[in-house]
Amino acid sequence: MSRWAGLGPVIAALFLTLAACATREQSALDPAGPQSGKIAALWWFFFWLLGVIFVLVMVVMLWTLVRREQTGTCEPKLQRTVTTASVATVIILLVLLVASITAGKATADLAKKPNPLTISVTGNQWWWQFRYLNSDPSQVLTTANEIHIPVGRSILLQGQSNDVIHSFWAPNLHGKRDLIPSRVTTEYIEADKPGIYRGQCAEFCGLQHAHMAFYVIAEPAGKFNAWMQAQLQPSLEPANPVLSQGQRAFLNYACVYCHQVRGTPAAGQNGPDLTHFGSRSTIAAGTLPNTPGNLGGWILNPQRIKPGTKMATVAVKPEDLQPMIQYLESLK
Amino acid sequence: MCSRCHSQAISLAALFACCVITTSSCQREKRDIQPSPTRLAIYGDAARQSTLRPGGPVLPQPVVSNPYNGSAYDISEGQRLYDWYNCSGCHFAGGGGIGPPLIKKEWIYGGEPANLFDTIVKGRPNGMPSWGGRIPEYQIWQLVAYVRSLNGEQPTSATASRQDTIEPNPQNIQNRVPGKTK
Repeated sequence: MSRWAGLGPVIAALFLTLAACATREQSALDPAGPQSGKIAALWWFFFWLLGVIFVLVMVVMLWTLVRREQTGTCEPKLQRTVTTASVATVIILLVLLVASITAGKATADLAKKPNPLTISVTGNQWWWQFRYLNSDPSQVLTTANEIHIPVGRSILLQGQSNDVIHSFWAPNLHGKRDLIPSRVTTEYIEADKPGIYRGQCAEFCGLQHAHMAFYVIAEPAGKFNAWMQAQLQPSLEPANPVLSQGQRAFLNYACVYCHQVRGTPAAGQNGPDLTHFGSRSTIAAGTLPNTPGNLGGWILNPQRIKPGTKMATVAVKPEDLQPMIQYLESLK
Repeated sequence: MCSRCHSQAISLAALFACCVITTSSCQREKRDIQPSPTRLAIYGDAARQSTLRPGGPVLPQPVVSNPYNGSAYDISEGQRLYDWYNCSGCHFAGGGGIGPPLIKKEWIYGGEPANLFDTIVKGRPNGMPSWGGRIPEYQIWQLVAYVRSLNGEQPTSATASRQDTIEPNPQNIQNRVPGKTK
């Protein structure tokens, strides 16, 4: 029996790995919405069905290995086995086909919910632009790398790309949706429960594909509306001389050619909107936590943190750096 | 030596030669991984001072070459920046519009890399803004490399076989030589 003794820990480790998946902020096995619930159900259905088949095949194979050779002809028996196996295969394939069509229809049907919140998702090398669309232009909000959504409301995502093909994937909420240049792809998502769900680009898009993450923050409608109204405001005026100095520095360097801070002359459209930068939890598309230290490193040498990033290396003078960091972090 | 060993040796040598040839393309994609935001002795700074001095001899002109000459990566970065910094707003896709064309033989302020750099850094009368101290020098060199590529002044191995902009005349796409626009 010592031969099989090692198998126990291996199986235990496999199950532990699966268990670890079940409680993560980025996992298709921890569904937080109706679409991902359907996908997870299908996934588990496949897992158990294929698991049972695998075990059966293994058992039969072991049995043929250990049983003693029998005398006599076995031709008729073989034919029966082939017939049985063929029928079983067809039945299993049909079951799987029906299951995936059912899951596909179930996720598609969610599009029929009325009054969705429309968010335009634009993939860039290597960050995400989100625009909350509205027929009233004063209610259109542009932000980056972090979206807040109200729980229980259908969200219509309109995906686009500015350069190459990207793919929007928040596993806790839905499957992948490619963002293709010069066309709009749509997807409906919905969150059942409040939470922070991480997502990332799921289509290889160049050097920093791995550092192209985003966060979906699902919260109750009241909290979401408060967030939305705060984000629609122009940026805060500098409250003290240091922040004023930081704002002047920000406006004087090359930052303004790419970044927008509403309420100031900075109106660049090439990089992430920084109007409420301080309210975001990460910088550089989920690469680093948004702390003053990380921000300083990112401003001074973005190519070291994210080699190949389109953010320019700008020679910021030491006396300007600290006020600039403080100013950006104050943009709540 | 048997003929078989001989042919084996030849194919090994050929394989080795192929490997060596492959490395030559590294030059085309050579990237300045962490470009320094400030370069010493840039032409723009040197050219800001007049070459004439009252009562003194004429100062020698610095000899400057574009560090990104022939680099496919930097030419494509220059192409991206050409739109990002809105060069295309006046010069359009290089054919000119509000501003003069950038695809031409005769340059008012010189068409050499150092002249183009100088023009971008200092700006020129009648609308060309000064970018010196506004955007990093390495990006200005990338823009210079791209503008030179529009005029076919970059090796064809480093330039894109077509532009991303709309080509009004389909024949131009079929007949054009890579790196030679229009």
